[in-house]
Amino acid sequence: MALTRDHAGRPVVAVTGMGVVTSLGQGKAENWRRLTAGESGIHRITRFPTDGLRTTIAGTVDGLFDRPFAAPELSERLAELAADEAVAQSGIGRPGDFPGQLFMAVPPVEMEWPQKQVLAEATNADVTYGTLLKAASAHTHAEWHRLFLFANVADRIADRFGTRGSPISLSTACSSGATAIQMGVEAIRRGESAAALCIGTDGSVHAEALIRFSLLSALSTRNEVPEAAARPFAKTRDGFVMGEGAGALVLEDYDHAVARGATILGILAGCGEKGDGFHRTRSSPDGKPATLAMQGALDDAGLAPEAIAYVNAHGTSTPENDKMEAMSCTAVFGERIAQLPVSSNKSMVGHTLTAAGAVEAVFSLLTMLNGRIPPTINYHDPDPLIPLDVVPNVARDADVPAVLSNSFGFGGQNTCLVLKRELA
Amino acid sequence: MRSMPETFAVSRLSSPVSGCCRAWARGAAPHLAAVRAGTAPIIDHERFAPYPVHPLGAVDFDRQIPKKSDQRQMEPWQRIGVYAAVWRSIRPASRTGRTSRTGFRSSSPRWWRAGSSGRWRGADGLKSAANPGAFLNERLMGDLRPTLFLAQLSNLLAGNISIVHGVTGPSRTFMGEEQAGVDAVRIAQARIAAGQADMILVGGSYNAERQDMLLLFELGDALREAPFRPVFDRADDPGLITGSMGAFSGARIGGSCRGARCDGYRQHRSCRGRPRAPRRCWRDHAGTLDTVAGYRCGRHGRVRRHRGRTGDRRRSAGAVRRVPADRAWRSCRSRVEAAFPMAVGLAAALVQAGDADAALATGVGHWRGEGAVRLSRA
Repeated sequence: MALTRDHAGRPVVAVTGMGVVTSLGQGKAENWRRLTAGESGIHRITRFPTDGLRTTIAGTVDGLFDRPFAAPELSERLAELAADEAVAQSGIGRPGDFPGQLFMAVPPVEMEWPQKQVLAEATNADVTYGTLLKAASAHTHAEWHRLFLFANVADRIADRFGTRGSPISLSTACSSGATAIQMGVEAIRRGESAAALCIGTDGSVHAEALIRFSLLSALSTRNEVPEAAARPFAKTRDGFVMGEGAGALVLEDYDHAVARGATILGILAGCGEKGDGFHRTRSSPDGKPATLAMQGALDDAGLAPEAIAYVNAHGTSTPENDKMEAMSCTAVFGERIAQLPVSSNKSMVGHTLTAAGAVEAVFSLLTMLNGRIPPTINYHDPDPLIPLDVVPNVARDADVPAVLSNSFGFGGQNTCLVLKRELA
Repeated sequence: MRSMPETFAVSRLSSPVSGCCRAWARGAAPHLAAVRAGTAPIIDHERFAPYPVHPLGAVDFDRQIPKKSDQRQMEPWQRIGVYAAVWRSIRPASRTGRTSRTGFRSSSPRWWRAGSSGRWRGADGLKSAANPGAFLNERLMGDLRPTLFLAQLSNLLAGNISIVHGVTGPSRTFMGEEQAGVDAVRIAQARIAAGQADMILVGGSYNAERQDMLLLFELGDALREAPFRPVFDRADDPGLITGSMGAFSGARIGGSCRGARCDGYRQHRSCRGRPRAPRRCWRDHAGTLDTVAGYRCGRHGRVRRHRGRTGDRRRSAGAVRRVPADRAWRSCRSRVEAAFPMAVGLAAALVQAGDADAALATGVGHWRGEGAVRLSRA
């Protein structure tokens, strides 16, 4: 039997399962319904006091715990929900026995203020590292050591799903979710395993994380009408809105999937990546790294720009990213860019940070399967410098055989994915 | 002679330990000299008492990070890593000219608010504040230096390397304590062997001289408080002594570079500190080492072992002792994410310098993760 190979002679990577959780809801059905209806998941933050904060809105995922929780616990729960949905859909392996590796994009973790306060209270002193260390030496909170290790979330997910080998916890800032998928693609192409579970998760909207972004002036401060704050590509955009969520994909060698009768949901055709040495948060003004990442993804997929019917933008709603992204898209697609739909899911779910690349890959696949492009909402004042068809405000039916999905992160990490509906 | 199992690599570690800073020295040569002489490790028992640490000592960061503005935007762990990530084997012109087939990956240490950062001193008054939430918000908004976040983000080690050294191939950052270092080396090797990349700069950094990191380990009762002793002699008070370090190596395919060849790789995830687990992973790890070290050992007769690190003597001692070797140099300090890249780099340097025909670099995590890499003369 002939092996199915791509244009470069490599195994073809199919998607056989996907799962998603965002502020719009749990699961593909609810997310897709609300996404295509143009609804927003952004709301006023109720999780912690927002007195004195410049930004008081986010796309948090609430209601998963009936007790106080730390960010890694939420990140793990979100990942678990998304992965459950993906693995169940794929039907691969057996429960607790996934025949492949785990690649997880996780947010960095650290001990949070509630734990510090508990420790400080034990010594009846204020919160300084001296008192915390003294309290810790009583060794009454061993579970916090485990909880705040970087590797913990992926380790627990690996246990839960029974993945093989060493679970990878990775970060490339805002492109992490896409990088997790890329690593799965590469592992399957190398023949290391027939399948990979790729997850991006982020449940880290707590006060300090919000403040950190706020101090970098990266967040929107349009708190009055939360649903209207995220407005990618619009003239009055003023920053991104933090979001939480998780996206999971089951990637599988195409022949392996066909042999066991799995439903092929799409093809992960290509990945491109490029670093940017310009600045720690700002992209190179000429947009060259982003352009190269996009072209790299197309080359890796063996496709010309004309094959792409829709761009799932990074579209954070920051003044800089949207302008740079538009410029890079123009460089790649030329004059055709004026008619090529480019929309941003972040207008509705916010910027899900470490999860974004994975969440948006799921939305890209749903776009192709359903033949419907989600809109960029809150687009009422076009930016004359950004002449894109952003699919404004209302979803649009379209035949979409291939999607380019962009993710650009702090520290100059640019990762782009090309997804196809079918093999040919 | 060349009949290697198909999983082994043909990649080579060129210019190993091209940059490296540690308590003793900066650069590969001083480290080799220290290893050969069996120099005693440098310990600081005072600054973080009761926890001993291996301090980095004074490093002239200006040499590798010329712009002060760049240095200011980084926390010490990033400065250490950027200093170490100098890739002398690559001419400056070809560094930036690379396309997507150059990459680098770093195993990045914890993302943590640094207690030593400029303006944050502690939340005095938090206990007595009428509205603790609002109080905290106010303190954080006012006290945190805006760019501190960037100095903490795990992937910004890679980002800073890009900016300072002009290495603009893509990067991946792995988080996950010791295992991340093992995975970074493993996947770099796998990608090069499969032709998915031409050149990869792989390494890690860790700053041990911070109370917040010690706090994390102390919560798990993982630290040693008694004075320094080699890892296998810590029965009086088992535990880690952490140390600051940075190490990067360049890996590339083929070519006419002088370097060490990475022959094989084994990795195991099992050991996670559960009561039954140590014996099982000890057995598994012993199996690992015998397999890798046994290959070619008889032919060349000289295998040098480098311990990555371990805090749990029970797990590793028996396994390591069963490997026949002329000399075993044990790095008795915990460098967490930087540990395995350092062991690999040092092993490669020793092979390249002719001290050994083959070397085994091993690593064992304090909580989970074991790895071993065998290197031989290229």
